[in-house]
Amino acid sequence: MWISSVLRTRRAAAGAVTAGLFLLLGGTASPSVADSSPSAGPSDDGDAPTEAGTSFRTATEIEQGRKATAGASTGDYLYWSFPADSGQRPTVRAKVKLPDAARSSSTWQIDVYDGLRRRQACQYGAQTRTAGTDAGSVDLSCTLRTVRAWSEPWANDPLPGTYYVRLTVTDLETADLGLPVDTEVRVDSKDAGGSAAVDGSLAEPLVPGVAMATDEEDEDDSDSSTAVLSSLEPDDGWASGWWSDRWVWTAVGGVLAALAGVGGYALTRGPGRPSRVPPPSS
Amino acid sequence: MFAALVAGIAVPSTALADETADQDAPKVDLVLDVSGSMRARDIDGDSRMAAAKQAFNEVLDATPEEVRLGIRTLGADYPGDDRKKGCEDTAQLYPVGPLNRTEAKTAVATLTPTGWTPIGPALLEAADDLEGGNGSKRIVLISDGEDTCAPLDPCEVAREIAAKGIGLTIDTLGLVPNAKMRVQLSCIAEATGGTYTSVEHTDELTDRVNQLVDRAADPVVVPKAVDGADACAKAPALESGLYTDREEFGQQRWYRVDVLPGWELRASVSVAADRRVGPSYGLSLRAVTASGREIVRGEATGNGRTDVISTGLRYPKAELEDVDDDTDLKGAGETVCLQVTHSFSPADGVKTTPGLPLELTIDVVEGPDAASDVASFGLGRGWWLLGVLVLAGFLGGLLWGWLSRWRIAVWRTN
Repeated sequence: MWISSVLRTRRAAAGAVTAGLFLLLGGTASPSVADSSPSAGPSDDGDAPTEAGTSFRTATEIEQGRKATAGASTGDYLYWSFPADSGQRPTVRAKVKLPDAARSSSTWQIDVYDGLRRRQACQYGAQTRTAGTDAGSVDLSCTLRTVRAWSEPWANDPLPGTYYVRLTVTDLETADLGLPVDTEVRVDSKDAGGSAAVDGSLAEPLVPGVAMATDEEDEDDSDSSTAVLSSLEPDDGWASGWWSDRWVWTAVGGVLAALAGVGGYALTRGPGRPSRVPPPSS
Repeated sequence: MFAALVAGIAVPSTALADETADQDAPKVDLVLDVSGSMRARDIDGDSRMAAAKQAFNEVLDATPEEVRLGIRTLGADYPGDDRKKGCEDTAQLYPVGPLNRTEAKTAVATLTPTGWTPIGPALLEAADDLEGGNGSKRIVLISDGEDTCAPLDPCEVAREIAAKGIGLTIDTLGLVPNAKMRVQLSCIAEATGGTYTSVEHTDELTDRVNQLVDRAADPVVVPKAVDGADACAKAPALESGLYTDREEFGQQRWYRVDVLPGWELRASVSVAADRRVGPSYGLSLRAVTASGREIVRGEATGNGRTDVISTGLRYPKAELEDVDDDTDLKGAGETVCLQVTHSFSPADGVKTTPGLPLELTIDVVEGPDAASDVASFGLGRGWWLLGVLVLAGFLGGLLWGWLSRWRIAVWRTN
């Protein structure tokens, strides 16, 4: 009788382990499936912005996963802004089609700033590039650090909120100043998943003017022509920050620990059971 | 409590919201050079004047309804050689106001290239044309030659106009420019945060002017002018909003913000390089208590060509432990002093007054944040975690089993 009970326990244990692993794999897999198209915006760029701002205040808002274009003159400082949420690792790519009339080489650069206008470091990517006289275009890219839900006020880790992209030429002969160029900017991000899930969250995302924006919403339903510093949100709103796959890992860990405990207990009861104990009558 | 919180949210920051809600129509003044040199036939085989006229016709057709557009000419009337007279030659061709396209086009058609190139005086007059209202203001200067009316440097004129704090941008377009003109026109643009474009073809001119007029039509938050002090005690108290100021080389600017317990202060500052400056520069923004202790700082350094350098900081003020009444909270607010210093150095021969334009964004948002652990809710992740848990569980089970066996054995023997 005890054999069958042990067997039943073992079978149940095996089932539970399988279920747990399935849950674990499923749990970890599902965010990554969702991540494979993290910023799956519409692929048509029909209503993508075709202008760029010229300062932080006038930065053109762009969505992630969508190509924005702008015509400009060499020497202009072009600004775009995009929202990035926790767990995302944004990569900004820019392409500048150089003017045919350019007489000398030029150096182009993208800089990324966070919602507090703090410059954000690029982990990798060609942030600055020099184009020769015969180059037709320059490609720039900048991959930011993973956006964290929270950091200490003394750190300048990237936090959820608005990010600014500035594209400009940093080195140029005077003779080439003011020539027409075409620029393209696109921001995509990769989801870092639970490995970047930190504790804590900001009360409000780092969106400039957020204190004023919430006021306006309270007062009257926002008038679309009213100017705000930044209004764009991620497609599905700002993450509340409580979910991460750490819940799955920890829960599965707990289940496996319990099963291992049952297993360990069963082991002590197994072949070493005192022979004097009479089998329980069924 | 909830009502108190809602009231609390509404209190600190209505100033800017109100300002932007009823913003005036954007104003644009097109300033066209009608000097003698506009006769040159080098734009698509046609004269510069013809190109400008054609571009103006198309721009006037495409101007958005809400834009108040005006046209000013320079060098249109006085053909003589008297320098003094020639340098006063600027006139309003079409007043800034609701646009009557036909009238404006007729006025443009009458223009013939005539006189001098008094850019400086024309810009001053154009700034007067745009005076009044709190909408965005833009001057679009189209010229084909450098200013012929020294010593009034149009670049310094532009800087002074910008320093008046009326939020005016000057964009410049150079028709078939030479090197000296490029420098001068881009200097004018730089002084006001505008852009410079070289034009060699008519369609480029049309596209660019259209783009600039459209930019003016985009609603934009207009900052409030504020005058920072040189010490915290005298500093102006700010609420959530967007502010501008001027900061001279080597100067400090102080502002004050009241932060209640449980609220977070966010400040970002940017200082624009509106003239030629040294190649290395920096900016620091410090939050200091009234007694002079530094709480947090934001720093930035840079190198090379730039329009602006910026940094920011945030300071979440911890919630008070034993307060459940809003009245107690009022007195508990902390005065945070914000100190802004920049380390731009003026290039040789550049005027140091007025100071560099400074833009300050203050947001005081509710709810400080804190994290009790590095990981989200202190949860674990990864194979090591699973391994440790399984091992611990197994050992626990084993121990429990042995313990109970031992207990049974003890019970049996007794």
